[in-house]
Amino acid sequence: MGSISARRLAKEYKELNSDECPVGIKLLQADDFETWIIAIEVLGETLYKDEKFALKFRFDPQYPISSPAVQFVVDEKYQAPLHPHVYSNGHICASILGEGWSPVLSVPAVCVTLQSMLASCKKKERPEGNDRYVRFAPDNPKKTKFMYDDDTV
Amino acid sequence: MSSDYEFSDEDAEYYDEDEDMEAQDDEDSAISDDEMDADAFKDDLIVDSSRGKRKVYEVDFESMSQDAVQALIKKDVDHISSIFGIDSGAASLLLRHMNWNKEKLIEKYMDNPTSLNIAAGVTVAPPPTPSPTVTSPIRSQASSSTARAKSPSVTTKRTTRRTAAEQAAKSKSPVIAPEPPKELGPFVCPICFDDTQTITLALPCGDQFCESCWKIFITSKIRDEGDHCIRCMATDCSLIAPDSFVQSTLSDDHATFERYEELIVRHFVSCNSNLKFCPYPSCTHTVSCPSAASKSSLATIVPTVYCGASATHRFCFGCPIDGDHRPVICSVAKLWLKKCQDDSETANWIKSNTKECSKCQSTIEKNGGCNHMTCKKCKYEFCWVCMGPWTEHGTAWYSCNRYDDKSGVEARDAQARSRASLERYLHYYNRWANHEQSAKLSVDLYAKTEKKMEEMQITSDLTWIEVQFAKKAVDEVEKCRMTLKWTYAMAYYLAKGNEKEMFEDNQRDLERAVEDLSELLESPIEPETIPTLRQKMTDKTVYVQKRNEILLEDTAKGYLDGRWAWDVTVDGL
Repeated sequence: MGSISARRLAKEYKELNSDECPVGIKLLQADDFETWIIAIEVLGETLYKDEKFALKFRFDPQYPISSPAVQFVVDEKYQAPLHPHVYSNGHICASILGEGWSPVLSVPAVCVTLQSMLASCKKKERPEGNDRYVRFAPDNPKKTKFMYDDDTV
Repeated sequence: MSSDYEFSDEDAEYYDEDEDMEAQDDEDSAISDDEMDADAFKDDLIVDSSRGKRKVYEVDFESMSQDAVQALIKKDVDHISSIFGIDSGAASLLLRHMNWNKEKLIEKYMDNPTSLNIAAGVTVAPPPTPSPTVTSPIRSQASSSTARAKSPSVTTKRTTRRTAAEQAAKSKSPVIAPEPPKELGPFVCPICFDDTQTITLALPCGDQFCESCWKIFITSKIRDEGDHCIRCMATDCSLIAPDSFVQSTLSDDHATFERYEELIVRHFVSCNSNLKFCPYPSCTHTVSCPSAASKSSLATIVPTVYCGASATHRFCFGCPIDGDHRPVICSVAKLWLKKCQDDSETANWIKSNTKECSKCQSTIEKNGGCNHMTCKKCKYEFCWVCMGPWTEHGTAWYSCNRYDDKSGVEARDAQARSRASLERYLHYYNRWANHEQSAKLSVDLYAKTEKKMEEMQITSDLTWIEVQFAKKAVDEVEKCRMTLKWTYAMAYYLAKGNEKEMFEDNQRDLERAVEDLSELLESPIEPETIPTLRQKMTDKTVYVQKRNEILLEDTAKGYLDGRWAWDVTVDGL
């Protein structure tokens, strides 16, 4: 099983470093097959014009059968985007990272989906109950059971 | 022989007529020993009613093995597949989609089979887009998303699987990124990127993946997520793998397929209000109890059932309480447990360490300082010693000699009432907890006794069957203590009156009998005393069992006659 994840990630690594890499996405750090950092920006006329974010991917040996743990990096350099589905600690409420995950999805595919999530945002705000969630949130966003109640944003 | 008195827990009617007669004999001797009162009259009643098929405090139920439930499932599936003329895999998916509601399924299927098939994951949504290999959807997704970013008028959608699916669907449209010709080179699985895999599998949608990826995926879904709905691995596909596909892919991994079957059985059982899955860990039995299926029935019966795996797998069909909570009905039992959870320990502490403000009844702990108290909540000033208002104390700052003053007495009265309600609760709670504790202790005690008995069996000429009487006594004590425990929950909520008094009489009689038998269990066992002890204990055991029956029978009848009045509003009544 480990070999599948390594082979998959090797392939995705190659893709992210080639000219096949989607626009606005750049691999910043991938020293191993456990944690990757990817820069992401949203192109065009959106609320997040000229903002830069970083995504942290964490893979377990079951990848791609199990989904990666994905969150926005929050440190002195990067902030989590102000978005109704992104908590201030960087956790993202998106179904493809949870029960909507499919093994044919990949790192670039997740990045592209998140780009479009940001691009389609109409109002910059934090999710409801952000403070409460952030206070008790587990380190790994995969341990949170999100309710995907709202399909309109 | 009185020691032949025996009943089998395996059997719903564990009391047959012959044994009844013997029990009656034992009963007589037991009564002549000590309590000769009006019980004889009641006992006659009991013997009469116990001749029926089952007792009034028992429910009819049937334990089913997993195979039996699977047979039920198969019957439904066969029925659906024969009337719709579809294969059993599709019929099973349709039934699962409709939560096994056959009538509703038939109605909906007649209405619009196509949309139901799509919703149930049996067939793909039109137009059917055959896509044998999606090797590089990323690039096309990227372009579609940039296109979307450039035109703000695009319907804004939450980033969900649906969006991903939309994009993937776009990627399939011939305008963007033509698919690489599939004949070129060997098949490369889009999940593991292994081009040496020769066996590929696909659901009717045509999304091909290598066999080993499918196997890992299915195993992970079943084992890790406990999911029986295994969707196609492609993002845009909502097809669900039928049983035959799961079975053939798992091939020799029978354990995982068995788990899959169990998950389906569990789903079936959870959708059927006549069935309940045994809550004991790793037990796979199901209990069918149609008479307790409706919520209203739970106002008059306590459906204690056990599954076929073991009579110790005893649970309530009507609520999530493990074990037997007779004689109290589910909704009252739930009230009581909640109260205990909130209150008991705290209540004890409050009782011994605090007083209530005589104006707002807030609980106050005095942790130092003088007797001049100011309630933090209502700012009422009072004296800690006499509980009267401080204004009447004048300058007597540190001592209070006004104990009999009128306002002080009133304040203490109010406090006494609130204390009384706490104390009342604690009265019931302590007895409740005590019976639970004692039941545990008697089981511990028996473990010791058993050892001694075994030794005796070796050293003396007693046979194995002759040293078994203590076991029966312990079992009975444990069972009756459970009944007693719950009678305290019931008595706490019963409204005052004759009915409650009669209930408490029965309770007291059972309690006394159980304590006597408990005491006997602790008496020293020596080979010479065994015959008398055995006789005594057996008699007592039978008596205790009778008392338990009387109590259960009377409460059960009371429910049916609507005799019990509660102090609180009870759900469903």
